Amino acid sequence: MKTLRKNGGLLLLALPGIVVLFIFQYVPLYGLLLPFKDYRYDLGILNSPWTGFDNFTYLFNGNSLQRALRNTLSYNFVFIVLGTSISVFVALLFRELGRGGVKVYQTVLFIPYFISWVVAGFAFRALLDMDYGVLNQVLGWFGQEPIMWYNEAKYWPFILIVAAVWKGLGYSAVIYYAALMGIDSEYYEAAKIDGASRFRQAISISVPMIAPIIIMLVILNIGKIFYSDFGLFYNVTLNSSQLYPTTDVIDTFVYRSLIDMGDLGMASAAGFFQSIVGFVLVLLTNYIVRKVNSDNALF
Amino acid sequence: MNTSTTKRPPVSWGQVFTHLGFIVFCAVSLYPFLVVVGTSFQNEGEIIRKGYSVIPSLLDFSAYKMILHDPTTLIRSYIVTIGTTALGAIAGLWITASYAFAIVRKDFAYRKQLSFYVFFTMLFNGGMVPSYILMVRWLDLKDTIWALVLPMLISGWHVMLMKGFLQSVPDALYESAKIDGAGEFTIFTRIVLPLAKPALATVGLFLLLEHWNDWWLTLLYIENENLMKLQYILIRVLRNMEFLNSAEAMQYGLVKEGQQVPSLGARMAMCVLAAGPMLVVFPFFQRYFVQGLTVGAIKG
Repeated sequence: MKTLRKNGGLLLLALPGIVVLFIFQYVPLYGLLLPFKDYRYDLGILNSPWTGFDNFTYLFNGNSLQRALRNTLSYNFVFIVLGTSISVFVALLFRELGRGGVKVYQTVLFIPYFISWVVAGFAFRALLDMDYGVLNQVLGWFGQEPIMWYNEAKYWPFILIVAAVWKGLGYSAVIYYAALMGIDSEYYEAAKIDGASRFRQAISISVPMIAPIIIMLVILNIGKIFYSDFGLFYNVTLNSSQLYPTTDVIDTFVYRSLIDMGDLGMASAAGFFQSIVGFVLVLLTNYIVRKVNSDNALF
Repeated sequence: MNTSTTKRPPVSWGQVFTHLGFIVFCAVSLYPFLVVVGTSFQNEGEIIRKGYSVIPSLLDFSAYKMILHDPTTLIRSYIVTIGTTALGAIAGLWITASYAFAIVRKDFAYRKQLSFYVFFTMLFNGGMVPSYILMVRWLDLKDTIWALVLPMLISGWHVMLMKGFLQSVPDALYESAKIDGAGEFTIFTRIVLPLAKPALATVGLFLLLEHWNDWWLTLLYIENENLMKLQYILIRVLRNMEFLNSAEAMQYGLVKEGQQVPSLGARMAMCVLAAGPMLVVFPFFQRYFVQGLTVGAIKG
């Protein structure tokens, strides 16, 4: 009681946050029971009859989830590897140019960060539009037949990777660049005296020094490997169903099951799988990193 | 006698190539936006003949004239977007800052528990379906303005960001204020908030950006035409190829029946009108975003 009175002021300040987090983050956890239930709106979650693992058997026997799962994991794997290496590479180049030259490039590359995936959808539509888009015009100059971009799934892995890198590059390069700027210049001076080339300095000083941040961001991304940026897969593709073989991911699958098909059992089972496996993955990667080097661990 | 020219090494070929590379890269990065803007000023006939282009052969404002002829939908959507963004950012900023202030205080008994309480939400959540049921069934917020504000009030990442900033305020400041008899609320409003202006600006801008760009909450929770945010209106325009010739557009009053309209350019013009203004504003505050991202990544 005494601690409560002593800390009352701060507790009161934190209270709005506690309440909002409770309602919008903790109460929904109760919904994790959903996939084990045959949910009926009139009965509510708790009183709906149990169904055991029916929803999961149903879900995993269907082809849609397997496809979404495969797409989600492949895209995220490429995004992590390619996104991280390109951003680090750009940050290293920024460093080579020095503070003066970087400003303009940094500002320009940052612009896609400020737009929503909806506006990005317009930007890609301007390029890919099947009748009037820039890419089909270019194909026309070379006497090629126009490509029906929004009907042909095979082009989309490439398009989506370009879109994701384009939108995220400015922002992640900035994080790495800031970390590079924080490195003590003495290291580089010592390396110069030893005659190390600029390339050698980048490999042996810059990259190892920012490794903790790279690792931390990679861990966070591995933890989210079952999640996708819904907007990218929904808006840039115009949600064209012909593209689903290469563009359907777990998030779009859950959304479609819930909103378009109203299949609560399937949607909640897929969501449950995503939450639990994602959580286990964060714990696991963090555990491994802590074993290797405890300074780099997240918690 | 060392002059600055001798200190600075001559520009190397490597640097020249790097600059050239970046210039090309930046041009490619901006190009799609320029096509959107260019097309919005293009004559309908020219679009059909030659396709979208960055530089129209002559400036044609008919796409804009057509949208602005009866801009009710656009204006209503702007009001909804501005209103929810302002409300969400101000309330969100207060909640985030006060929560972060509490968990940053070393003399707060529940500091550890409440830090975990917010950190856990970053690692684990129930996902889309339970949130949907919560919003629609339990809180009955479908088709209300609250559905566009409440779910984004507080996020773990914003709290961590704010905490990263507030950690640099010395504890001695709070202690001396306490000795002078100030309550926590007074310390927060009179000392912390004025000191934390850069932090508030950063987190506030992130909140503004997220609320402004949000279409997800409208997609899930709004069916009432009067409550739709700009970005969601844009999704409809983007999807529907011949949007402005459609029955839907007539129903919005965007088009009179039987009137031939510049639908292709108008789609892009709609995008420019809805997204353009903020896209010009945000880059001016890029400094704060960069600061936030780095503090968030390094200290968070």
